[in-house]
Amino acid sequence: MIAFNKYYNHFNVVSSLLITVSLVLLVFKGLNFGIDFKGGTLIELRSTDKKINVSSLRDKFSQMNLGDVSVKKFGNDTDYLIKFENKDNKKNIIEEIKINLDKSFGNNFDFRRVENVGPKVSSELLKSGVIAISLSLAAMLFYIWIRFEWQFSLGAILALFHDVIVTLGVFSLFSLEINLSIIAAVLTIVGYSMNDTVVIFDRVRENLRKYSDIKIFELTNISINETLSRTIITSATTLLALLAIYFFGGEILKGFSLAMILGVIFGTYSSIYIANTVLVRLRVSQKTVLRDDNEK
Amino acid sequence: MLYFSKLRILFIALFSLLFVLIASSNLFEIDDGFFDKKINLGLDLQGGSYLLLEIDNAPVIEQKLQNLTTSIRNYFKEKDIKINNIKIENQNIYFNVLEQNKQTIIDTFTDENSDINPYYPRFKSHQLEIEDTGLNFKLNFSRQGLIVLKTSSQDQAIEIVRRRIDEVGTNEPNILKRGNNRILVELPGLDDPMRVKSLLGKTANLTFRFVTNTDNDSFGVEKLKFEDGIDEATVSKRIIISGDNLLDAQPKMDTQTNETIVSFSLDRVGAKRFGKATSTGIGKQLAIVLDGKIISAPVVRDTIASGSGQISGGFTFQSATDLALLLRSGALPAPLNIIEERTVGPDLGQDSINAGMIALAIGFLLVIIFMFVKYRVFGLITNVTLIINLFILLGILTLFEATLTLPGIAGIILTVGMAVDANVLIFERIKEELKDENNNIVAFDSGYTKSRTAIIDANITTLLAAIILFFMGSGPVKGFSVTLGVGIFTTLFSVYFIARLFTSLYVSKNRDKDKLI
Repeated sequence: MIAFNKYYNHFNVVSSLLITVSLVLLVFKGLNFGIDFKGGTLIELRSTDKKINVSSLRDKFSQMNLGDVSVKKFGNDTDYLIKFENKDNKKNIIEEIKINLDKSFGNNFDFRRVENVGPKVSSELLKSGVIAISLSLAAMLFYIWIRFEWQFSLGAILALFHDVIVTLGVFSLFSLEINLSIIAAVLTIVGYSMNDTVVIFDRVRENLRKYSDIKIFELTNISINETLSRTIITSATTLLALLAIYFFGGEILKGFSLAMILGVIFGTYSSIYIANTVLVRLRVSQKTVLRDDNEK
Repeated sequence: MLYFSKLRILFIALFSLLFVLIASSNLFEIDDGFFDKKINLGLDLQGGSYLLLEIDNAPVIEQKLQNLTTSIRNYFKEKDIKINNIKIENQNIYFNVLEQNKQTIIDTFTDENSDINPYYPRFKSHQLEIEDTGLNFKLNFSRQGLIVLKTSSQDQAIEIVRRRIDEVGTNEPNILKRGNNRILVELPGLDDPMRVKSLLGKTANLTFRFVTNTDNDSFGVEKLKFEDGIDEATVSKRIIISGDNLLDAQPKMDTQTNETIVSFSLDRVGAKRFGKATSTGIGKQLAIVLDGKIISAPVVRDTIASGSGQISGGFTFQSATDLALLLRSGALPAPLNIIEERTVGPDLGQDSINAGMIALAIGFLLVIIFMFVKYRVFGLITNVTLIINLFILLGILTLFEATLTLPGIAGIILTVGMAVDANVLIFERIKEELKDENNNIVAFDSGYTKSRTAIIDANITTLLAAIILFFMGSGPVKGFSVTLGVGIFTTLFSVYFIARLFTSLYVSKNRDKDKLI
């Protein structure tokens, strides 16, 4: 048996630090919103001419009077991702760019993807993203409140907040782009983290009913150990699937799978070191679950 | 938990087989009304354009208020009530009346059978709201009045949008209302959306009006620019004929001048008016105005009574074709703005499919190998279940003709990773049970029973997230929530019916074996 409980205090400090740092990052550095949430235009180009490189392309784009343009390689050597704000929301901007590029480089570009999100739509998308995440947290809170005692709910929700905030913190730290698919990833993380926590809590509750003489500090450790192989195996298979998406699923899914990978790691960690420690700190005992049984 | 009747086994086998067949039908062209269903590929996979259009209703409101001022003035004139200082400001109509008429005005506008201010019984509201400060009145659209106006302009606009897109001839466009002032257009397989965009970006409001030199035209005059943006002409506001009078418009080659033109034919009313105007206006310039710009202003040489004519204006064949198309499909009630556009080229779509499939295959393989190494026989059972699970998932998506997107494929891969969770929970529980239980059957049975609440809880949480995402998410992300959500049900089915069946068969055969798992 691994003595997870030996480190409860240490990791509570670590978790608090992680959350604090993430919050500081989120407040002061903010998130790197993609055009979905910021508005603007995105073009994915593939060049058929090997001589074209990022810097020549960047020069050309900066001459086009598009405002702040970012030109980056995207995946392989011939693909580029161009993003700009398109403040005036010019209607024929893509045509103009096409003509401009043809003039300087010849007809050597394939416009693989074009996305243009107006300011109104982007603010709506951001709003609905925030609502979706809040709703899912609320739904989880509600569900776990029905299924478990309030001490468990609090533990699970704290674990969820931790996972969401720290994952977003990592995205803020490395200025990774937040787009629609990241919202999907965050929601899935919420579901996954909850899943993980619930499995351990289920066992904690079962053991609470079974043993009256074991303190919650020990009992959580027993429960974690009993479910440990399941925790490891499920995290492993989920991570295997996610790594497959990350490495082979193409550029578009990279951010999504990265967020999920982070979420699975943090989710597994928080189920053990946040959710359970809340039970310990709230001095949950056999009475907690038995009283509830009588009520029902 | 481990007992299965023969009938149940048969049912499970048939059910699985059915879905394997349905899922496989995606690979073949079958035309029998049942197996011909296919999973739709989202725009991000098959390539195409997603356009979100917003109707700019401000001009419609302005126009409507303009008409209202005229009808209010006339309506009360008949009743010998003088409306003074009527004007429009910030989408409000202001006017004032004499003291003795005040009550009549209020009564007229608040009467449920009012001729001038329609009442919507369904909303319990009038079209217009009236406010008075002393003898000054302020009229504006009520909330419901605005809704009715927006809905009707949306209805008209979507019809015109549909006609224009049909004329371009893209296959299976998807044109839907969004809210009361937006139109969503999905154009699968469209490689170059620019033509459609430029066609949808034009209101195509066509009018024929005389060019005047005097400022005292009784209808008023306005200065309009030519298409080139430089030249100007003063044009009467009196409309001779408008786009509504057109029956047909076609691009043609003028054999005399060797120029591309748009020839048109008019309806009866239009022909009559056109004939009259051209007979009285010989020698005058007739401006052809499209969306506030003059295309050309030819001099009328002859009376045109045939009800057909032509527009020249230095067109290329393409621009003449597009103009004819716009004229045929009619004018939009209001300008449309493209507020969101997402276009994926067909080769990127194919690349995404390939990448998604490779990721799925590799993810699947990794999970299968992992499970086999970890659990041997039971790993094999899990893996077979997983494969059937995948078929059922694809089968259900096929049955509902769901749209598969790139994030949707990610959802399937994620389902593969998470689907083993339930089996793992069960197997780990059985292992624990076997520590104090010698009877394999009993241990397996209680393993299944005791792990059930955790499995249900765990899956419901993921399902909740998927449901919320389905309702809040848009486009490709929605596809993710669909596969993730459906995946939960197929996983539970395959774990509790298929995997349990295999497990029970194996355990019954080897009930006395030690270290079964």
